[in-house]
Amino acid sequence: MNDSFIQINQISKHFGNVKAVDDVSFQIKEGEFFSLLGPSGCGKTTLLRLLAGFEYPTSGNLLLDGSDITALPPDKRPTNMVFQNYAIFPHINVEKNVQFGLRKLGLTNDEIIKRVKDVLSLVKLEGYEERYSSQLSGGQRQRVALARALVRQPKVLLLDEPLGALDKKLRDEMQLELRTLQKEIGITFVFVTHDQQEAISMSDRVAVMSEGKIQQMSSPNELYKNPQNIFVSDFIGETNFLKAKTDSKDGEYINVNIEDLGLFKIKNNLNISENASDVICSVRPETMMIDKEKSDWDICLQGKIKQTSYLGEMTKFYVETKEIEKIITVSSQYFDNQSFQDGKCFISINLNDISLLNKK
Amino acid sequence: MEQKNNTLLIYTLLYFAFLYIPVLFLPIFSFNDANYMSFPLSGFTTEHYEEMWAKTNLHKALWASIKVGVVASVVSTTIALFAAKAFARYKFRGQNISYGAIMIPFLIPEIILAVAILVIWLSLGFKLGLVPVTLGHILFCTPFAMLILIARIEGFDFSLEEASRDLGENAWGTFYRVSLPLYLPGIIASLLLSFIISFDEFVLAFFLTGSDATLPMYMWAQMRFIQKLPHVLALGAVIIVFTTFIVLLAFWLRNLGQGKEKAEFGIKIHE
Repeated sequence: MNDSFIQINQISKHFGNVKAVDDVSFQIKEGEFFSLLGPSGCGKTTLLRLLAGFEYPTSGNLLLDGSDITALPPDKRPTNMVFQNYAIFPHINVEKNVQFGLRKLGLTNDEIIKRVKDVLSLVKLEGYEERYSSQLSGGQRQRVALARALVRQPKVLLLDEPLGALDKKLRDEMQLELRTLQKEIGITFVFVTHDQQEAISMSDRVAVMSEGKIQQMSSPNELYKNPQNIFVSDFIGETNFLKAKTDSKDGEYINVNIEDLGLFKIKNNLNISENASDVICSVRPETMMIDKEKSDWDICLQGKIKQTSYLGEMTKFYVETKEIEKIITVSSQYFDNQSFQDGKCFISINLNDISLLNKK
Repeated sequence: MEQKNNTLLIYTLLYFAFLYIPVLFLPIFSFNDANYMSFPLSGFTTEHYEEMWAKTNLHKALWASIKVGVVASVVSTTIALFAAKAFARYKFRGQNISYGAIMIPFLIPEIILAVAILVIWLSLGFKLGLVPVTLGHILFCTPFAMLILIARIEGFDFSLEEASRDLGENAWGTFYRVSLPLYLPGIIASLLLSFIISFDEFVLAFFLTGSDATLPMYMWAQMRFIQKLPHVLALGAVIIVFTTFIVLLAFWLRNLGQGKEKAEFGIKIHE
């Protein structure tokens, strides 16, 4: 497998004064399911459109499988795109839509028929050949868009928030299906989404973007467990931020003075060496424990539940403590709001579950 | 509530009566067996139509009008298509000014347009005839064509064109395989309406035709002689029917595929 199948070298794209993509460099592996994740306006779609050839970079260059594609028009690139609104041609039926991109590939009639048949069965759309886009559901349109792109056997499939328009249940199904499909055909997928859960559940690697820059690029697990900055930590999942100041370094660990709580020895995942620099401690709600009794965990605080929200598989508690000014969010599978008398509770934190973040 | 509905109904009927009663006199008198337009009707005849059909000058004028109309509608629709696409697709500097500039011939009194073209054409040393009439008609039809085509192209999903580029078609292939079939109802509507506007146009033709009469010029010339009135009435009746048919067709086409049925509509220009 080629680790630098797609090379994005110092790519910038400016629209007037707006730096939509700001000096971004990274590489995508062959056969990888790669996601670009970020809030709207972060530059992820622009980056995808640069890969497709709908935009040309202000500076930098793009290499695909060793050849420079920076200046190639979209029809000359070995990439294909699944559009956000699917862009199914309304004046031709499903079969003609899927055939559309085969005309210039120099295939024989038999090959065309076979390819269309195979791809329609791959996306489970057999029997829909004669339908028009208006006669299809959102999910079916999405499959047509997928088939139309895959039938050309591109080196890279670009997907621009293809699940955004579907309802939740269908979206979950399609996530699983897309992932399975990608593993089956082995084509490199570059997937754009603003939905962190979607990116995390499907991707081999995720690049989190904000303001035209990559904030962090790593595996979903790494992203969740080991966010590099406040933006990523806040964007991926939910978390509690505690202000802190660093103290003396101790091997792989560092002593951190957490505001209102005292001095604690925490894994120095950021490699901070200076004393007395401002940092943020992030603690995920599900890593904490909430109970009626005091525990022997590293930190245990008495608190009062101010608010709860029941989510089915778990309950979220918003707890006020004497020590910490902010309300702490804790989630638990085992308790609901009836479990606590007058909202009296204890929340416990393990130091291992605290990750350090640079204060911006 | 009942009262109000009746008032509206009466208003509507009066409105249509006002619009169409004068026009209806033409076909009625064209079948009347007399040289004058007056009641009571004296008998049914089709001889005015036969007389009309026999006039070779009329055939010449009709042919001139068709030539002018076809060229004017094709050229003005082509110009308008490019312009409408630019207006609908892109935002550019001077967009409003250029839009206004294209629409102005629509608002200038026709006689002024006619005189201006006449003066320029003669001062350039060219002869009057169907060529300046055609040029004048192109100028005059383009704003109409623009209005029709912009209505069609606005709201067009331009990601369809990107999808086509993405699927390996170049700009021309994309235009031919995606844009054109989807714009086609608008293009045909624009062609038909431009043709009708040119076909009916009198003022520009009056100033610019010289000796090659178009159909409205021919009618104008005939009406100076009372004995020639009946066959002009017959001709008028035929033109009304023809024009109505074309305009209805154009509006039907323009609306075709817009709104709910949009996606189901398709004109196949290639297989």
